[in-house]
Amino acid sequence: MPQPVYSAALHRFTKVLAGLIFLLIAAGALVTSNDAGLAVPDWPTSFGSLWRMPHMVGGVKFEHGHRMLAELVGLLTIVLAIWTWRSDSRRWMKWLGLVALGTVIAQGVLGGVTVLFFLPWWISSAHATLAQSFFCIVVSMALFSSRGWSETAPANFVEHGSPSLRTLSLFCVLSILVQLMLGAAFRHSGIKLLPHLVSAAVVTALLIWTSSRVLTNHSVPSAVRRPASALLGLLLVQLCLGLASYLTRVQWGADAVQPQLAMVISTVSHVIVGALLLATSVVLAIEVRRHILPATAPASDNALDKAVTA
Amino acid sequence: MIMRNIFILFVAAGLFFTGCNRNQSPSATPGNSSSEPKVAIDQSTTGSISGTVHFTGTAPTPIKVDMGFDPACAMSARGENFASPIAAKEGKLANVFVYVKKAPVLADWAVPKEHAVVDQVGCRYEPHVVGAMVGQTIEFRNSDNTEHNIHAMPNENPGWNESQAPKSQAILKHFDEPEVMLPVKCNQHPWMKMYVNVAANPLFAVTDASGHFEIKGLPPGEYTLAAVHEKLGEKTMALKVTPKEQKSGVDFSF
Repeated sequence: MPQPVYSAALHRFTKVLAGLIFLLIAAGALVTSNDAGLAVPDWPTSFGSLWRMPHMVGGVKFEHGHRMLAELVGLLTIVLAIWTWRSDSRRWMKWLGLVALGTVIAQGVLGGVTVLFFLPWWISSAHATLAQSFFCIVVSMALFSSRGWSETAPANFVEHGSPSLRTLSLFCVLSILVQLMLGAAFRHSGIKLLPHLVSAAVVTALLIWTSSRVLTNHSVPSAVRRPASALLGLLLVQLCLGLASYLTRVQWGADAVQPQLAMVISTVSHVIVGALLLATSVVLAIEVRRHILPATAPASDNALDKAVTA
Repeated sequence: MIMRNIFILFVAAGLFFTGCNRNQSPSATPGNSSSEPKVAIDQSTTGSISGTVHFTGTAPTPIKVDMGFDPACAMSARGENFASPIAAKEGKLANVFVYVKKAPVLADWAVPKEHAVVDQVGCRYEPHVVGAMVGQTIEFRNSDNTEHNIHAMPNENPGWNESQAPKSQAILKHFDEPEVMLPVKCNQHPWMKMYVNVAANPLFAVTDASGHFEIKGLPPGEYTLAAVHEKLGEKTMALKVTPKEQKSGVDFSF
């Protein structure tokens, strides 16, 4: 017998997990910023043991701390997948829980493989990018399991712009994801800085275009306006952090004998605000798809609405 | 239509960016190696060369390393750690690997039996630059009261990364391909970095604190000598060694 869609406990649990994933991304960024990715040379064991706590000094505290937090997140994701499967009546939510579980497993394997192969830039970049994707999946699940999602009807707001907000918001997500991939590739010495800078200009233009389309139309529902406003604010912070990372790491820190605090703070902040940007763009795309209909579509053509009411 | 165009734009941008792969800096191949027949060396005719490597610029001021990362490093009897990528004193440059890049004869050089030793003392590598012949054993010791990991990052040889417990047994390694300035680092202590140089022959030396070097056992003939520094790159010179010559004043300048 399916239970009601809204479960306060499941929603809270999903939010806590999303928060932990956010911390895990920060912990991963600390590993890279402190050049500690290979401080523990083996995997899946740490110094030959699955359970013995190593001496948490130097780079080991970053790398092993990251592994421990990842194990906790992995365990909680198993709980989330089972809980969602058993308690949520929406079939697509059940599968989304399994997708989250598959993603965290793949993420763990990528993290181990990159250690075993001495951090090749393309595996490390895939590890970094999949982390952001996993974060977005769980943030989406938190949104789908919220009271607002369950109890608020879609606004069915018809907008006449071209390209449609659905298209624009989707490309915001894709452009930020590409930008995060390029940022990770640069951070792991796979590519030069130029592609990341060019992509930053594209992302900035797309986000400003999309957000201004949303915010200048006062009839757009607040569920869409809120993430659009947040995107602009985060974009501004992220551009500043990008400049700070460039100055502290590339310009001033090129010959540093060890990672300096300023470069660690700026680069880790740049990574985690990037994660927030991607997650916010995903929320925006979802809310746009739910509440806003393109001018050509009939009012009943709302896939997410159908899914909610199914 | 708009969506399709934007999609094509994204795909094109992706292809462009993935094509912008950072070029790996090619490593030099120290010493000539070939499949041509090799000759035996007449030790009674060999000579030696010696000289100094000068530094004409302004060396950066050594920076104090913050070893609070690991209390065992901070409390080491070796005391404070000052690091600089250019170790120059009074215009003399240390840690330069000087080697025969091109020898007049292809000799069947014997691999030295003695180990090239690298120790980890006070959370720093000693020496900072070491030379070894292809196949020669390099002995990595850990005299510290803390764990290290030794992570070799070669271009021409297989990489490896092993942890080493405090004061534990030495790790013995060798490299099978010539390669200069092969970085080795410790990811537990990110300031710890040194360079291994693998030569095709035993005709090499590393400059000491006064920038001096000496290479013995050179058969008579014309050579290309190279001096390579981790930051300043490589300089070469042509020189001729006559039988039993003790050639001095073979100086390089960076």
